[in-house]
Amino acid sequence: MSDKVLQVNDLRIRFRNGKETSQPIRGVNFHVKKGETLGIVGESGCGKSVTSLSVMGLLPIKTSEIVSGEILFNNRDISRLKEKEYRKLRGNEISMIFQEPMTSLNPVFTIGEQLSEPLRQHKKMSKSEIRNNIIAVLKQVGLPRAEQIIDEYPHQLSGGMRQRVMISLALLCHPKLMIADEPTTALDVTIQAQILELLKEIKVKNEMSLMLITHDLSVVAEMCDRVVVMYAGEVVEEAEVNELFDRPLHPYTQGLMKSLPSNNERKSKLFSIDGQVPKPSEIGEGCVFANRCPFAFEKCFAETPPAFNRGKHISKCWLQDPAVKEVMQNEERSIVNS
Amino acid sequence: MTVNIPKVTHTTQSIKAKKQSAVVTFFSNLLRSWTGMVGFLIMILLLFISIFGQWIVPYDPLLADFGKKLLPPMTDGHLLGTDQLGRDIFSRIILGARVSVIIGLTTVLIAGTFGTIVGIISGYFRGWVDVILMRIVDVQLSFPFILLVLVINAIIGSGLRNIIISLAIGGWVIFARVIRSEVLALREKEFITACVATGVTRIGILFKHILPNLFTPIIILSSLQIGTYIIAEASVSFLGFGVQPPEPAWGNMLNEGKDYIFSSWWLITFPGIAIMITALGVNLFGDWLRDTLDPELKGE
Amino acid sequence: MKNEVLLTVKNLKKYYEISQGMFKEKIVVRAVDDVNFTVMRGETFALVGESGCGKSTTGRTILRLVEPTAGEVIFKGTNLASLPYEQMRSLRKQMQMVFQDPYASLNPKKTILQILMEPLKVHNKFDKKERLRKIIAMLKIVGLSEYHLDRYPHEFSGGQRQRIGIARAVILQPDFIIADEPVSALDVSVQSQVINLMLELQKEFGLTYLFISHDLSVIQHMTDRVAVMYLGKIVEVADTEDLFRNPKHPYTQALLSAVPVAHPKEEKKRIILKGDVPSPANPPSGCAFHPRCPFALEICKTKMPEPTTFEKGHTANCHLYIKNEEEIEYVTSYS
Repeated sequence: MSDKVLQVNDLRIRFRNGKETSQPIRGVNFHVKKGETLGIVGESGCGKSVTSLSVMGLLPIKTSEIVSGEILFNNRDISRLKEKEYRKLRGNEISMIFQEPMTSLNPVFTIGEQLSEPLRQHKKMSKSEIRNNIIAVLKQVGLPRAEQIIDEYPHQLSGGMRQRVMISLALLCHPKLMIADEPTTALDVTIQAQILELLKEIKVKNEMSLMLITHDLSVVAEMCDRVVVMYAGEVVEEAEVNELFDRPLHPYTQGLMKSLPSNNERKSKLFSIDGQVPKPSEIGEGCVFANRCPFAFEKCFAETPPAFNRGKHISKCWLQDPAVKEVMQNEERSIVNS
Repeated sequence: MTVNIPKVTHTTQSIKAKKQSAVVTFFSNLLRSWTGMVGFLIMILLLFISIFGQWIVPYDPLLADFGKKLLPPMTDGHLLGTDQLGRDIFSRIILGARVSVIIGLTTVLIAGTFGTIVGIISGYFRGWVDVILMRIVDVQLSFPFILLVLVINAIIGSGLRNIIISLAIGGWVIFARVIRSEVLALREKEFITACVATGVTRIGILFKHILPNLFTPIIILSSLQIGTYIIAEASVSFLGFGVQPPEPAWGNMLNEGKDYIFSSWWLITFPGIAIMITALGVNLFGDWLRDTLDPELKGE
Repeated sequence: MKNEVLLTVKNLKKYYEISQGMFKEKIVVRAVDDVNFTVMRGETFALVGESGCGKSTTGRTILRLVEPTAGEVIFKGTNLASLPYEQMRSLRKQMQMVFQDPYASLNPKKTILQILMEPLKVHNKFDKKERLRKIIAMLKIVGLSEYHLDRYPHEFSGGQRQRIGIARAVILQPDFIIADEPVSALDVSVQSQVINLMLELQKEFGLTYLFISHDLSVIQHMTDRVAVMYLGKIVEVADTEDLFRNPKHPYTQALLSAVPVAHPKEEKKRIILKGDVPSPANPPSGCAFHPRCPFALEICKTKMPEPTTFEKGHTANCHLYIKNEEEIEYVTSYS
């Protein structure tokens, strides 16, 4: 089991807002293996960002609470660590890059000052060592003129360059796991291609695992080894990337793929999933996707489906229940016979 | 030809359940915050005694009785004692509340209206009008508020009406500044651009789209400014301008009582507490209003 | 049906001046720099490009939401750029806009009824009863119902709000709609619903769209012709299918190749561009793309390329296609 860098088991997170509580994460399971890229896909509000923040220990302390479950990082449960212990981990062994390269850097400090922070926190190094280290990392992420950029301020850099700086910040302490939360959503396509290329490269070079959170299936296709599909706070499907794109089992995943314009004939009506994601307050018994699912039957509204395994392909859908399959086949047969 | 209609989900039903009248929402929000509630209760109390004060006072607040002068609190049926002329302090404080409320409300009405109009003109039409108006505001803002009020009051004379006028002249600039910046921000909002694209006239955009979005900042600012005005009036009256004795106002009660501060502490303490509670109440309520209404400003 | 010209944009320019202080020279940002194109009735014409390329400003300048610095916008024979305010305002009923951000483009203090009533009122269309009937009909077309009339925008999801935004644009039955990134802010599953709605409305009402987007897969799906913009200029115009099959301009080629794959097994040859888009305040000399262009020639640094026309109205502004007897030197000008 030691090849799993990160394991999230049955994670449940509750948010409090005044007297109202909501539970955006309801039983999430997944793991990240050494050296692999795991994609977490889902639409806004599916809980993918909350999950990643909980791994980083960055959930707001006052308003959120991990109700149950564990987060194992190198087989150590980190879900209930104290802030002080977390600080040793964060930026050192686990690091994170965010969506907005414009706002994640402090405008009043130079790049060098911001990048030296984690080194001063976690490593014992002299000033010149720190500087040399930073320049080396800046070069590694493909920034030209690293010696000058180190003394420049964030506003002097373009969006793509800032995201490179953020990546170098995340790389500084040679983390075992990097979490990238929509790292290219705010960037243009040509810059996105550069950054994705860079991420692939540094992942191999630094022998780390990458957890890539995105809403964009094509980014997943491009980058990932394995994929977790989230919907309304649950993992609905998990599979190896080729398997997922070839044979998506959950109707939600199928719908997502079919609704991409590139998977439809030009000018034709796009496939679309009816309705909208339910709000956390509207989720009751049954499958979370049942109200939008074209294949839903009575059982879907009554009982929450467990995870059905087909090899390493896991999906939470009653259609994958061997018992249900048998019944449906029988029905089909009887229809054909009559 | 028919157009295919996608299904509409059921989320709207839960919205209906949540949809309550504005009054119910107001109070349920209020109940959730004890500071807001305290502020609200203080303001209601203040309003009540300023309207019905003359019927609930136990003594005539203007009636001097030299036989009973400088009685300490809780003696001879004088709850808060009597002053140097033997007048009942409790009654005078209650009647003084009216002065505070009248001054607070009228000033905010005058200063708020004028300042808002200037702010809207300045922010919406920009150009040289904006430059001129804002320089006037800048010049005025460079004088301390209370000094300005004193100077104006010294020129036009004291009395209730004149103190209101001088407070309003001193206070409109804050409204002009804040409303102007709100208008500037609103002008750049995409829904205003959308109105232009629809073909709404300039005046239509101003009255139907910008003005309704200004109500929240105006209400918040007004509630906070009322507190400032009440304190300013007290300060001005304390210095001997403003409301003139024997008419009771909290400020001139302090002024009269200050000579007795070492011998008869109650003369100055109770009007001071009244001012403090009022200012506190108004500010608590104003803060709560700002916190509750602010998210709505952003569309949530 | 597509032979009638609806809109012609000629030498459109929008420069912004940024003051640097009293005695310093002003910086001129050329957001839109000499843009030319025509839109035929009934077609969907796309403007594509990366952020800061001027595609949104072009759209807004056409509708005079932003005043143009120079140039003509000829809509059905009338030059909009020089039209007095009141005439322009009344012409707006024929040309409408759908905005990118469905959260920002609806007034939070207005109900849906008020939002949809406004265009009808300001252009004095129909009597009172008829207006309400129209609004309800429109709501049904965009997939909402009269049940929503008294709701406020914040009670709706992003997709529903965008439907309201579209209803507001279509209710006057305009000929022409500028859609500025109408689906970029939406989730994938909602995005397809809104695209479907726009396609259906186009069929139903015979609309002409100017579709502004950075999303190439959406553009490929729903547009007829595309203009690719880079740093305030159009670098290539072509029929959509033609452009995706056979891009001419090196920038278009790089842009298309940068689109992520749709399936993990798909192999794609990438042209990874070096560096970032230069600032429009300080554009490179000659062809604006030359510092990033893998094929840049010496001439690209000094001379702005003229458009070269290929088959079927496909044009590209690039020196590579100008038949030039002069010596062509390949330069590796990128770092």
